[in-house]
Amino acid sequence: MNDRSEGRAGSGWQNIYRDWASDKDAFKQVPWGKAMMWIFLVSDTFVFSSFLIGYMSVRMTTTEPWPVPSEVFALTIAGQSIPLILIAIMTFILISSSGTMAMAVNFGYRRNRVATAVLLLVTALLGASFVGMQAFEWTKLIHEGVRPWGNPMGAPQFGAAFFTITGFHGMHVSIGVLYLLVVAIKVLRGDLDRVGNYQLVEIAGLYWHFVDLVWVFIFAFFYLW
Amino acid sequence: MAYADQAEREAVHEPTGFVRRYIWSQDHKVIAVQYALTAIFVGLVALVLSALMRLQIGFPGSLGFMDPSAYYQAMTMHGMIMVIYLLTALFLGGFGNYLIPLMVGARDMVFPYLNMLSYWFYLLSVLVLLASFFVPGGPSGAGWTLYPPQAITAGTPGSEWGIVLMLVSLAIFIVAATMGGLNYVTTVLQARTHGMTLFRMPLTVWGIFMATVLALLAFPALFVSAVMMLFDRLLGTSFFMPEMVLLGQQSEHSGGSPILFQHLFWFFGHPEVYIVALPAFGLVSDLISVHARKKIFGYRMMVWAIVVIGVLSFVVWAHHMYVSGMNPYFGFFFATTTLVIAVPTALKVYNWVLTIWRGDIRLTVPMLFALAFILTFLVGGLTGLFLGNVIVDIPLSDTYFVVAHFHMVMGVAPILVVFGAIYHWFPKITGRMLDDRLGKLHFWITFLGTYAIYFPMHYLGFLGMPRRYYNYDGYEFIPQSAHDLNAFITVAALIVGVAQLVFLFNLFHSAFRGRRSGPNPWRAASLEWQTPQTPPAHGNWGAKLPVVYRWAYDYSVPGEKQDFIPQTVAPQELQGPGIEPESEVKR
Repeated sequence: MNDRSEGRAGSGWQNIYRDWASDKDAFKQVPWGKAMMWIFLVSDTFVFSSFLIGYMSVRMTTTEPWPVPSEVFALTIAGQSIPLILIAIMTFILISSSGTMAMAVNFGYRRNRVATAVLLLVTALLGASFVGMQAFEWTKLIHEGVRPWGNPMGAPQFGAAFFTITGFHGMHVSIGVLYLLVVAIKVLRGDLDRVGNYQLVEIAGLYWHFVDLVWVFIFAFFYLW
Repeated sequence: MAYADQAEREAVHEPTGFVRRYIWSQDHKVIAVQYALTAIFVGLVALVLSALMRLQIGFPGSLGFMDPSAYYQAMTMHGMIMVIYLLTALFLGGFGNYLIPLMVGARDMVFPYLNMLSYWFYLLSVLVLLASFFVPGGPSGAGWTLYPPQAITAGTPGSEWGIVLMLVSLAIFIVAATMGGLNYVTTVLQARTHGMTLFRMPLTVWGIFMATVLALLAFPALFVSAVMMLFDRLLGTSFFMPEMVLLGQQSEHSGGSPILFQHLFWFFGHPEVYIVALPAFGLVSDLISVHARKKIFGYRMMVWAIVVIGVLSFVVWAHHMYVSGMNPYFGFFFATTTLVIAVPTALKVYNWVLTIWRGDIRLTVPMLFALAFILTFLVGGLTGLFLGNVIVDIPLSDTYFVVAHFHMVMGVAPILVVFGAIYHWFPKITGRMLDDRLGKLHFWITFLGTYAIYFPMHYLGFLGMPRRYYNYDGYEFIPQSAHDLNAFITVAALIVGVAQLVFLFNLFHSAFRGRRSGPNPWRAASLEWQTPQTPPAHGNWGAKLPVVYRWAYDYSVPGEKQDFIPQTVAPQELQGPGIEPESEVKR
């Protein structure tokens, strides 16, 4: 046996090289599920990148003017038209949910079963409220005549890209909410204590942070541009 | 704690009952055979389609039902099936599934249940695709690249339902490939056995590993373009559809970008070439080394070449689009990157040849196929240099020269490796040898036959014979000699097609009646030949995982009793240190 990686110290690069070149596993102490989630997220990054690049491309090729996002996504509250207010709240909620998720992972490492489960449920609740507000936003736009194939404000690609991209992201959030609920139930039942580790929580966390990060890009490229 | 240690503590639960064992199986070996048989079946459908097309071109009008629509539908389905549902599925789902765990010394893929789902999604995608033969309007006839606006415009064959089923099937296939691919990559990275370092893995594993990475990064672009085109077709969005006047009618679309589809498609499509080619590179390296009884020449360079080819394959996609009307300055960039790929690729070809040089060559059937691959890949690769240059590509674009090029380089060459690899690993999968005489017959007809088919096509391309025409009668610039050649090609194609029946017969006959092979008939050093049982049992390795002490290429080591040293032989049992590159032997 020649496990050359263990029991030796070196500089950072040397250690990375040793880990990669060693036997058994390239990433030491990384469970299979976590490695696989990372690889999946890299692949999923390419899905969202393709969607966003496709959106930017049609935004440039379309012959009609692009609707102004700050007007389209404005809400009238108490007689005042406030641009992007709903999106601002949604973004705030989703980013806050990343915070509660991180706390859940932290309490998981401390083997605090109840606190982990509660924070997972709070995260799921925040995610669900995000999806709910997105449903409200969709309804409002549909009432205003925005359709995948056209809209009264300008380029038909606006509706197409909007519904496709936010729909695909919303689907990711919805799946994430279900995923978090399943993990929360497992935590509450004490399944993870029997297994002996809380890796499942961290893996779910990776997915959840990814979905949040994607939203930041959608927010920047679709709503702020 | 490494996972190899954990795997030894947990007992292996062998599934019982026929259904759990062979149908809803989570065993990577059974899933591999399921993948392979499905892929071969759907490949036969595509083979029949190609025979129908050749009959129409060689002997126009000889098939009563072959109208232009039927021709285009046959062509579309032939291309899509061969590239994706046969070659990709067979290399990754078939060989990847079977060989990765055995070659790296794992019990199974890391997530067997996901692996099983991967196969069933693949089967579903095949069924959806084949269903398009039976819907109103028939399968899509848009050409295998499915370029919009034509693909979803009324009047194109299959624009009613065929294209919808095609896109849905592709999306399902991508889900299947992703589930399988995550497993393969994680298994290679995280589930190797004691002593199996990355630079001790056989090149087969390297090739399939890198191809899977490409698949995970390239298929998303196809997935997105399939979703967008589905929306264009079903919801009336205009991602890819510009404003058009069709038969005097203003179309309902406006402002979309057909070029966007081409970019997305080829961002997938070019890595796809290497998703097929890299596993072939890897498999053929192992075949050559085993059957020439010699270490692979320049192992580390071979690994880095695979990695470099994989990386470069993401920055060359627009060489498929020189005539698309994109910015001409792009052509310079993409021609340069395309030609740069020739460097690592040529390095691999040189290393294969140098491996054979002064080897103890056994002209077994797998070796014959491997040698044929080198020749064929060389021919196909060289015409790639023609087409990679913008000024040479433009006159040759959409002629039979292109058809000849890509059939040589990504049709015939990988399929020769598929055959060679099946002849090579069949004894491990079934415990029986494939019949040698039938194998040689199959080899010579296939090898010479494919040259009879594709060599003349280069000439037809120079004559300017355009591809994708359903009938070449009545064009003044096409001389009589071209028509005669077309008839000749058709006869050759039919003979090669029929010869595949010999292979099928050999496959099924030998699986039950073949000569018993023993555990290691080729006297190979790599790990999959050292399993305690042949065929390997569930869990592959018995109670203990194997311990690996050397690379997979210790052949003809001077001073040793045998001309190969299995990877599991400890240094104490040997006279000398073996011939693994020094940096690896150092403890």
